[in-house]
Order: sequence, then structure tokens, then C-alpha cells
Amino acid sequence: MVEKQGYFGNYGGRFVPETLVPALDELTTVYQALENDTAFWQEFQSLCHYYIGRPTPLYFAERLTAHCGGAKIFLKREDLAHTGAHKINNAVGQALLTKKLGKKRIIAETGAGQHGVATAAVAALMGMECVIYMGSDDIERQKLNVFRMRLMGAEVRPVSSGSRTLKDAINEAFRDWVSNVSTTHYLMGSVVGPHPYPAMVRDFQSVIGKETREQSLKDYQRLPDYIVACVGGGSNSMGIFYPFLNDKDVKLVGVEAAGHGLETGEHAATLAKGTLGVLHGAKSYVLQDKDGQILATHSISAGLDYPGVGPEHSFLKDSGRATYASITDKEALEGFQLLCRTEGIIPALESSHAIAHTVKMAPTLKKDQIIVINLSGRGDKDLDIVNQALGAKQ
Amino acid sequence: MSRIESVFKQKNHKALIAYVTVGYPSIEATLKVVPLLAECGCDIVELGIPFSDPMADGATIQRASFKALENGVHTALCLATAKKLSKKTSIPLVFMTYFNPIYQYGLAKFCNDCVASGIDGLIVPELPPEEGDELENLTGKSGVDLIYLLAPTSVEERIKLVAHKSRGFIYLVSIAGVTGTRTELPPELGKFILKVKQFAKQPVCVGFGISTPEQAAQVAQNADGVIIGSRLIQLMETDDAAMTATQMFVKETRKALDSIKV
Repeated sequence: MVEKQGYFGNYGGRFVPETLVPALDELTTVYQALENDTAFWQEFQSLCHYYIGRPTPLYFAERLTAHCGGAKIFLKREDLAHTGAHKINNAVGQALLTKKLGKKRIIAETGAGQHGVATAAVAALMGMECVIYMGSDDIERQKLNVFRMRLMGAEVRPVSSGSRTLKDAINEAFRDWVSNVSTTHYLMGSVVGPHPYPAMVRDFQSVIGKETREQSLKDYQRLPDYIVACVGGGSNSMGIFYPFLNDKDVKLVGVEAAGHGLETGEHAATLAKGTLGVLHGAKSYVLQDKDGQILATHSISAGLDYPGVGPEHSFLKDSGRATYASITDKEALEGFQLLCRTEGIIPALESSHAIAHTVKMAPTLKKDQIIVINLSGRGDKDLDIVNQALGAKQ
Repeated sequence: MSRIESVFKQKNHKALIAYVTVGYPSIEATLKVVPLLAECGCDIVELGIPFSDPMADGATIQRASFKALENGVHTALCLATAKKLSKKTSIPLVFMTYFNPIYQYGLAKFCNDCVASGIDGLIVPELPPEEGDELENLTGKSGVDLIYLLAPTSVEERIKLVAHKSRGFIYLVSIAGVTGTRTELPPELGKFILKVKQFAKQPVCVGFGISTPEQAAQVAQNADGVIIGSRLIQLMETDDAAMTATQMFVKETRKALDSIKV
């Protein structure tokens, strides 16, 4: 599949300043050597179990299923992982890698704040210095997560350039990295960025898909028919998709943020509306204007509010192995409320996009079919936003 | 020999290379300042095509890029501006930009239009040689010099790679960091320049952080030229209509470079 190192078909690569190339080479070497490093994976698994609380349950959402009146709906409960989202899987993996690199300082970008919180947690766990870059608009809408990061000893640096959201936080993290590359590891939070990040982050996140596959076979003696996951940069979706890529009967569905609607231009549906471009070190679909300037995006969920997408998703879209849908802010809010009321589970607004799409799909499917939603995070961080959005309506 | 290469053939001469963002603070200012820079002793001018996500740039050039974009600057307008400038001045002009704007424009069309606009070279700060095959091919055919960069983190293998591939000159980044003025340059810079020169057949020019005539002269002890960007942008931000301070700075820097005993 990979024709050139770091490429998924035509997507990926390493478009970075020369200063970073040696660090990426080193990272690639260390990461590739992990394949045969049983001690590393034992430590990773041990932390997955004792620190993160894995395996997370594959939970049958009986009342949601009854409400939709079609396929059986299961939730992969990443919301129950330590720090409240799947982001911790990758953060633990890369923090262990940082130790191998002999570096003592970690930087990261964050959108919704979940990756920032996960990174702050592992930095505290391993006694490393930690700086988190976060768009000043995102800081405003995710105050609780900012407080959590600071409690765990991370410094949160607001980024007020550009659109003041995730993409600008990534730019600023790259600027820090290029200035401190000898001491610092950039703990990227999604399957984006230059090689080896898209593959490496996917590998750490694929613990989600591996567990889902095993749990499905053990509990139900079969594989799911559909897997549905939200896509911003695309790490929770790649993580659950990847172990199923060779199971051709398992349909993989990514759900992007349609914001105020695809036709309004105010959305973050990169695979639906983007074109081939280079952003943050990789060639992939990108939301851009005709001059190649990156567009401002909109989503009610900060974690999906990103004009790029992981290169492997672009590859899966073109190959047809995965399909991609999109869900508006309004639909996501409905999905959010529905899960709260039917199951007593408050989902993250990101994951609510996957729920909303499943609610559309399930009634069209047979009752013996199975849909697994990757419930990538919990919604505590979003309560202010939801309160505002619902308050405005009522 | 390319027009850029011929700059470095002058005896006892260190090249002074200026960077300006096209359309900052306005297109008119760009049209005015570039010929002045040439008159005051710049040998080459880099014209920055602004990009919305300039990851290799510090605060000054970021600000200039965002302002230029607000002014409606885009790649075609930069090419048109270069065309006008190439009629006003005879020094080589080089585009510096991120990959995406020229990728969207179409690499082949961009290279052709560069030639038609009198552009002599191209610098893409986030395009390492590993990703540069297509652009190398196209610039090679058009006779545009594709200038690659080296950084203090570059190991010997990469120095050799860039020395093999870079056309016109090698852009040596003085410090691990982004563009922007610095009060001090790293003490090991001189040694690194000499190391690169062991492998480079082409001239080696140093940029990032150079903010004073003294720093320029210090760097040019070992380098073939110096590149100044952020400092000029800062001067232009507060300069009068005649661009007096900008001109004075360039003249002083020229003088400092000319005083070096080669």
C-alpha cells in the first residue's frame, strides 16, 4: 500500500522545514524499532490497563437501539478511558517513546482540550515538562479542560494568530518544536502531520479497534456490520477502523462536521468538500480557497474544527474502503441529547456526530445487523456549549 | 550560469539578500521598496508570497503575511508584481513561499509564469529534497533555480544531499528556529558554515535572525551572502513615505559587508 515511505497512495509525506527532518528521521527509526520491542509493548499494555482502564467496554445500547428501531447499536466506550477520551491511548504511547528518545520536554496542540488533558496527564505521570498550545477561541469554549491541564502541571499557551483554533495551535507547536527540537518531543494528537505521525498515532490508537474486534467475536461470535466514528483529524476513527481494514464485510463510516451545513461554507467537512493540498506537513484533502490559502472552519465541536484530515483517511476515501458522511451542529446536538436520555451517557460533541449519523442509518438496516459507534469521549467538557445552544433555542 | 549564480562571481563581494512580503504593507510599497533595496546595495530580493499558515515564520513575517492576505494578495498578483519589478530593476528576484499556494496554482504553470515574470529562483521552506522531485524537474526545465535549505540540525548526509540538489545557492538557516530578529547568533554558526562549504560547490547564504549590519558582517566572514527579512519588515512598518530608515539600514549593511577583507 505504501509506495513511498510515509505515503498512503498519493497522500502523506513530510513537508517540513529542514530543521525538523533529522528529528523526524530519528522518530521514525525509534518508532520502527518498536515493532520488535516486546518490553515497550508490555509497558504500553500495562499502562493501558492500570492507568487508562482498558479494555473499555463494548456496550449494547439497548434503549437507543429500540428508539431507532433497526440495527443493534453498540458503543465502544472510549469515554470511560482515563481523562475522558481516546486521546490518552496515543499520549501514553508517545510519552513512552519520548523516554526512549531521551527527551524531557513535551509539547502538544489541542482543539477541544482532550488531547491537551491527555498529554498533561502523561507528562505528570512521567515527570516531564509540558507545554500545550491552544487557540484562544478554543480556550474560551473549553475552559474546564484548560483548568484540568493546569492542575496537572502543564503550561497552556494561548494562540491568537490566524483563526485562533486547532490549526493555528498546530502551527505554533511546530514553531516551538523547530526552536527546541533537541530537547523536545512534539506529541501530536491526531493522525495528521508529517511521517511518521499518521502511522504512529494510528498504531497507538488501534488498540480501540483491536479490542472492539476481540470483544465482538467473544461476546457476539461475529464482527460488526458497520463501524461509525467521527473524523476531525481522524485519530479515533483510524484507531477503530484500522484493525478491520482486511475484514471486507465490515463497513467503515467516518462522520465529519457539517457545521451550519455543507452549503453554507461554515463547516469542517474536509473529505466532503476539500481538495488535494499540503497542510501541516502532509499531502491530504484540505479545505482551501482557489489560491491555496487554508479556509476558516466551523463546528460546534472544537475537536472536529479543523481544515485538514489524516492522509490515510484520504486514501481510504479514494479507495472506497471507508465512506464519509457529515452531520450538522444541530443534528449533533440532537444526537447528544438522545444518548443522554436513552442511555444515561453524556457524549462529547465530537462523538455526538457519530451518534447522529447512526440514528439516521440504523432504521434502514435489519434488526440482526450490528453497528458499533466509537464513543470517543465524554461530554462534560461541552456542557457550557450545549447549555448555550439549547438555551438559545428554548 | 544563472543570474543568481552570477551575483556570486563578483570578486571580493558578499551578497546582500533582502526579503519582503509581497503586498505588505501594500502592493504599492512592494513596487517602491524593491528598486530602492537594489539601489542601496541588495544583490537579490526574495519576494514572499503570503500563506495563511506560515509554520516556519516568527511573529513579524506572520503578521506581514496575514496583512498581505487581508490586502487581497494571491499568487497571480505576486507574479504580476514580480513582472513589474523585473522591469524596474535588474537584480535577480526570487520567490519564497510555502508549498500549498504554488501547488494549487499548478506547479508547471507556476514555473512557466515565473519565467514570464522575470523570477530567477524559488525557495520553499517546508519542501525538503525528499519531496522536491517534481518541482526540481519543472524548475530545471524552466531555468528557475530551486534553492534548498540546510539547518544547524542537518547531519553530513543531508548536507551532501542539499549540496547535490540546490541550485543558485544554499540557504543556510542560522539557528534551529523560525524567522525573526535575534540579538545573538549561535556561537557555533561560523564552524557550521565552513562545514557546509566543504561539501557545497554553490554559494552558501545565511538567513534567519540577522538583524544588524554587525551581525551581517560577522556571518559573512564565512558565508557568501546574508539574508535579511524580519528586520526589514519591522523597519518598513514604521518608516516614512520615502523609506528613509529602510534605505539607511540597507546602505549600512552593504558598507559592513564591503568592509570585510576577503
